[in-house]
Amino acid sequence: MGWNLIRVYAVLVYLFMFLPVAVVVLLSFNASQFGAFPMAGFSLRWFVALWENDAVMRAFRTSLALGFLCAIISTTLGVLASLALVRYRIPGRNLLTTVLIAPILVPEVVMAVALLLFLNFVGIGRSFIMLLAGHVIFTLPFVILVVQARLVGIRRDVEEAALSLGASPRQTFFAVTLPLLMPAVAAGALFAFTISFDNITGTLFWKPGGVETVPTQIFAMLRHSISPEINALGTVMIVLTVGLPLLGAALARRLAMKSGVSEPR
Amino acid sequence: MSVEARERRQPWILLSPALGAVALLLLLPLVFIVVYSFWLRSAVGPDTVGFHLDNWQRALTDPFYRYILLNTLKIAAITTVLCAILGYPAAYFVARSKGNKVILLLLLMLPFWISYIIRTMSWINILGSSGALNTALMTLGIISEPFRMLYNEGAVILGLVHFLLPFMVLNVFVSLDGIDTSFEDAACSLGATRWQAFTQVTLPLSLPGLAAGGLLCFVLAAGSYVTPVVLGGPRDAMFANLVYEAIITQLNWPMGSALSLLLLFVLGGLVALYNRFLGLSQLTRGLG
Repeated sequence: MGWNLIRVYAVLVYLFMFLPVAVVVLLSFNASQFGAFPMAGFSLRWFVALWENDAVMRAFRTSLALGFLCAIISTTLGVLASLALVRYRIPGRNLLTTVLIAPILVPEVVMAVALLLFLNFVGIGRSFIMLLAGHVIFTLPFVILVVQARLVGIRRDVEEAALSLGASPRQTFFAVTLPLLMPAVAAGALFAFTISFDNITGTLFWKPGGVETVPTQIFAMLRHSISPEINALGTVMIVLTVGLPLLGAALARRLAMKSGVSEPR
Repeated sequence: MSVEARERRQPWILLSPALGAVALLLLLPLVFIVVYSFWLRSAVGPDTVGFHLDNWQRALTDPFYRYILLNTLKIAAITTVLCAILGYPAAYFVARSKGNKVILLLLLMLPFWISYIIRTMSWINILGSSGALNTALMTLGIISEPFRMLYNEGAVILGLVHFLLPFMVLNVFVSLDGIDTSFEDAACSLGATRWQAFTQVTLPLSLPGLAAGGLLCFVLAAGSYVTPVVLGGPRDAMFANLVYEAIITQLNWPMGSALSLLLLFVLGGLVALYNRFLGLSQLTRGLG
């Protein structure tokens, strides 16, 4: 009796989680003039409308540029820090970890206000640079946690073998460690990109007037009312933020299999 | 330089960019707004530098601010309890299920990849006057006029639960997954019923995960800005909305600093309490 009840309950909870999102996707193909039920046939017109909407396309370019730059910077900082935390015995390791994941512990609004006022004080106003700085600091803890978890799974003795066979530390890093690390780097970068791409609260504080990212563009469009165009934009975002990680995970798995490292749990 | 000395310096060289970024972009700014909160806004020109308690006095005594703060904590508490009630059994199902591991893992992770703003606005399609629910009810003839379900506190809580549930499920899953199922079997073989085995063995062992999920849900709910704007009415503002109002709309940065620090202290107090009893490492287990 008990297990079946739990199964039904879990199915209902997951329906609650996914059904509203499925409705967004469904309505984005609605041919009707208004973004609502009843459905009036299948149509791609709202995706065409998106493509022709300059504001939306600008927001897309901003979000993509921000996400890419943020992923590159955040992953570089995160991988280096993770290497230090996993591979070396350093005093105060716990404290250091807490400091590095502090951006998760501070409420996003507070972080947004602090960064805005401080950067403004040192002469950097609301700008793309402020957005980038904010996104990097916001994504860094996630990158560190993901990369650390993967690093633990890479065995040290392969590197030691390379060193004992006469490779220099630099050669060892580029020929042995980095290839083994690639799945972790890719996972971290993807994580940083999607988190940056999704971010809205901090972005609303940091963005200069007139500049929008995709989430803030949706937020601004919602002020009027929900429209099929917003649903279409939502569908595109779902495809991007769900499809990309799935693709990334599949790629990482193939890479890992090729290099003979078993997936760390 | 000796090899040992270099070996000792190496990790600090690796750490310094990340530590520098956190120090410069988070810790120093936090210290800065502490100082800023004692300045005063002047009607024209730059803010008055000094040590004034006015902002803090207003933040702590103004009945409107206090009402919003208490209301925010209430909404966060209700959200957290609902997440626990909905999330625990779902996590239990995923942890104990013998089905396809990939699909179960997807069920855990997929909600995180769907954008927050999309998930929030998706409820307008469901609850709006021409949304799925109203259309269904009218087609069935149960109601003749659209029923007003949006732009109230209930909709805000619903949106927050929908957004935060995955955090709860993941944290409870991580702790349930770490419990050896043979404990339950042992309890049963000693004469306990399945239910007794669950309430006396599994549930207590999974409490740290439940607490971690609860803390995350509470802190994220209490700090939310977008959900009340999108799903709430004008009277459903939460504390983060006050902060945004002070900083972006009124440009009263000293007051905004004091208000955001007040939020930080209240929520930080909770995190500190949690850390004292359970340790922060539990919190990061679910993320790795």
